[in-house]
Amino acid sequence: MKIDFKHRHSAHCESGVSSNLLFHYGVDISEAMAFGIGGGIFFGYLPFLRVNKLPITTFRCEVGGIFKRLTKKFGVDVYWKKFRDPKKAMDALDRCLEEGIPVACRTGGYWLPYFPSAFRFHFNMHNLVVYGKEGDEYLISDPVFQEPVTCHRKDLLKARFAKGALAPKGTMYYLISVPEKIDFAPAIIRGIKEVCRRMLKTPVPIIGVKGIRFLANRIEKWPKKLGKRKAILHLVQLIRMQEELGTGGGGFRFMYAAFLQEAAGILDENRLLDLSRKMTSAGDRWREFAVIGSRNCKNRATQSDSFEAMADILRDCANREAAIYQELMEVVS
Amino acid sequence: MKIEEVPQERGMMPDNIYEVCYALDDNGHYVLTASAGWNPKNIANNQAWEVIEQEIAKAIEGIHAGKLSPLAFHMAKNQMNTKLLAQYSGSSRWRVKRHLKPVVFKRLNPAVLQRYSEVFGITVKQLQEFPEKI
Repeated sequence: MKIDFKHRHSAHCESGVSSNLLFHYGVDISEAMAFGIGGGIFFGYLPFLRVNKLPITTFRCEVGGIFKRLTKKFGVDVYWKKFRDPKKAMDALDRCLEEGIPVACRTGGYWLPYFPSAFRFHFNMHNLVVYGKEGDEYLISDPVFQEPVTCHRKDLLKARFAKGALAPKGTMYYLISVPEKIDFAPAIIRGIKEVCRRMLKTPVPIIGVKGIRFLANRIEKWPKKLGKRKAILHLVQLIRMQEELGTGGGGFRFMYAAFLQEAAGILDENRLLDLSRKMTSAGDRWREFAVIGSRNCKNRATQSDSFEAMADILRDCANREAAIYQELMEVVS
Repeated sequence: MKIEEVPQERGMMPDNIYEVCYALDDNGHYVLTASAGWNPKNIANNQAWEVIEQEIAKAIEGIHAGKLSPLAFHMAKNQMNTKLLAQYSGSSRWRVKRHLKPVVFKRLNPAVLQRYSEVFGITVKQLQEFPEKI
């Protein structure tokens, strides 16, 4: 059995799944738009949360946040459930497919056999859409892959019940009903406001623009505090968080710039075009940071590629982004 | 980033895999483009794999030295630590740690071996094997 589901290749799994699900129900929405309205852009340096003993830096909001905020603003009814019993979780999935409902699942990427081996790490926040089943093979629209893929029942079960940090616990979700007419404009404005508030006003030093500055101060101290080898490993992790895991480049900054550009057309607001350009430049600066960082990893760093120089780029990113969010706030208020 | 600047530097990814990169076309409009990879990212990924390979090498060394059981190799190969393996095998951390001892591992009953092999997706026989070198 196979549902007629349009697979659209996306940069990021959650925004891709969200926009593809909505698209299935007739809402013409791009990935960047879903990402923007869902308030996906973020920064957080979380030294107390660790993967392989290395601190997590995140450029996106919490898992599930994009989908939650997007559907809420659109007034879409959503079904969302976690499971204890793997068999029940798979049965529930099968029942939905039989009713013709495409179902999104949260999975652990490590267990998905169609992932190239270089991609296979234990990260548990990978979203995908199941849109059919042939025998024991599930038909899957995984937005970060170009074409739809298939996955055997036993692998999908394992992936849905991956263990470790942020275990998916069989989470599945789908859309119950979508309003006839959806007005994008108010949703966009609310989405932007949320992002600005979060990036500028979170009263914690490690979140938002403050977080970027915090990280800059930390990076400067890494070589002394951690020693060369560990400092490099920290840097590796940071670059991977920024560029890997489907960010669309520059730690989601380019995707957000694409959203601002699209929003400018819908709201008929030229200032957003200008802000989109500024966000692109901020993203370019993040990329420069990654370039210098990787040179350090390969021991090819020149004098001007010091950790201090990288910290300065981060401070520049922070300043640029702070100015962008401030201006955005004025545009939407 | 402009379309012509979108990097096409293939790293460890297979040839048919591309990822989406947001870039600007000639008119300054954002479009989705396909990227084959980017060197800074490839370097970071290689480093991450090196760390995993070091862990595997360490485990193999330990096995040959008679300090670790083959379980250590499979644990490292699957990028797990005792905590994660304990969660997957539905057992406790200290039991997993015990099973890393060659003497204890040799005497493990088949049901426990079966459970570990299911976690790794291999046979019980494979679970007792390990390579000479990485």
